[in-house]
Amino acid sequence: MDKYQCQICGYIYDPAEGDPDNGVPAGTPFENLPADWVCPACGVGKENFDKI
Amino acid sequence: MSKQPQIIDGIHYVGIKDWNVRDFHGYKTIKGSSYNSYLILDEKNVLIDTVKAPFAGEFIKNIEAVIDPSKIDYVISNHTEPDHSGSMETIMKAAPNATVVATAKGKEGLSKYYDTSAWKWQVVKSGDSIQIGRRKLDFIATPMLHWPDSMFTYLAEDKLLFSMDGFGQHFSTSYLYDDEAPYDLLMYEAKKYYANILMHLGGVAKKTLDAAKELPIEIICPSHGVIWRKYIPEIVGAYYDWSVCKPEKKVLIIYDSMWGSTEIMAKAILEGATRDGIDAKLLKITANELTDLTTEVLDAAAIAVGSPTLNNGMMPTVASFLTYIQGLKPQNKPGAAFGSHGWGGGGAAGVDAWLDKIGIKKLRGPIVCIYRPAPAVIEECKKLGAELADIAAAV
Repeated sequence: MDKYQCQICGYIYDPAEGDPDNGVPAGTPFENLPADWVCPACGVGKENFDKI
Repeated sequence: MSKQPQIIDGIHYVGIKDWNVRDFHGYKTIKGSSYNSYLILDEKNVLIDTVKAPFAGEFIKNIEAVIDPSKIDYVISNHTEPDHSGSMETIMKAAPNATVVATAKGKEGLSKYYDTSAWKWQVVKSGDSIQIGRRKLDFIATPMLHWPDSMFTYLAEDKLLFSMDGFGQHFSTSYLYDDEAPYDLLMYEAKKYYANILMHLGGVAKKTLDAAKELPIEIICPSHGVIWRKYIPEIVGAYYDWSVCKPEKKVLIIYDSMWGSTEIMAKAILEGATRDGIDAKLLKITANELTDLTTEVLDAAAIAVGSPTLNNGMMPTVASFLTYIQGLKPQNKPGAAFGSHGWGGGGAAGVDAWLDKIGIKKLRGPIVCIYRPAPAVIEECKKLGAELADIAAAV
């Protein structure tokens, strides 16, 4: 599964880890993140992430 | 004018003018700054942001000139950064029954700066509002304009936007409004602020501008500098331009030099770039503040960056400029590197590698020479200058 990086702050979303603090279990691909999911580090929306 | 003038009936300015600040974490504030705070009197009394901590005493007095601080019902924290939150602890001691209003990241951030254990909170997100009497506060979260916690507060009745650092200027004045300031100076300070604080957030800025366009706005109250009431179309238009680093017909040659050889190259590039209609600038890094160099970069059409070689690498002054600029992510500035060296080289090569990292489209590989540039190198430099000017002429 692809990792995605926030273009605003550099935070990397790793599907293997998910974002459990915000209710996203490990193993969730980026495409399956809810539309209103935001970068846990800086708060910007999914549209600011690029595949790396 | 009374000491705490009203912006609009019932809304008082209670902020601080910081006349003497000259270095704002590296940003050279040659015109000082201000930390703007506003007090809204209604059925509920609302304080919009506070001021930098050293001014807490003066700030409390400003508020006391209007009301007893213990009568503040809400303290809106539009931004966690200490130049605005610095007096929160003082205020919350004076108004222990007040509710602090902030985004979730705002609450998190404030709690990492201050002892917030006794504070009452109302966490808000975009679309939330608080009715305070005849007025209603609407909140617009603006994450990363320019911190995660950032938000705007809007008053629909007054068509007034508290824009926090948005549209701000580090500019200390005894007057309050944009039309009282010399226009060119005001716009320059606003541009300098954008270039140094917001340049890397152009995408976020544009989205925020698009959203704000939907709102009727007649007054913009930023957290620094003068209040916009006459030149709103001009500053909004400028922000749109700056959000994409819209280039003017301007070429920059930015460099440092140890024994003058890289400077000779820089001047040859300048000569090649000099023609009618093009603003070509020679900017030696040690003769200019990073703050001002950055303001120039924002709307440049093309850039040449030069470094001599010090111990196999760039001069630290040039590396410092490039590090600063890298963080600000200038868009669409084609360029090239140049520099003189004595033996192994590394200065110009270092700049060249950094241009890749910044995402600057390279027009050519670095122009290099050993000690004084030979005539053929001078010609190469003039040719580069002409190419930079061609790009500027075409914008």
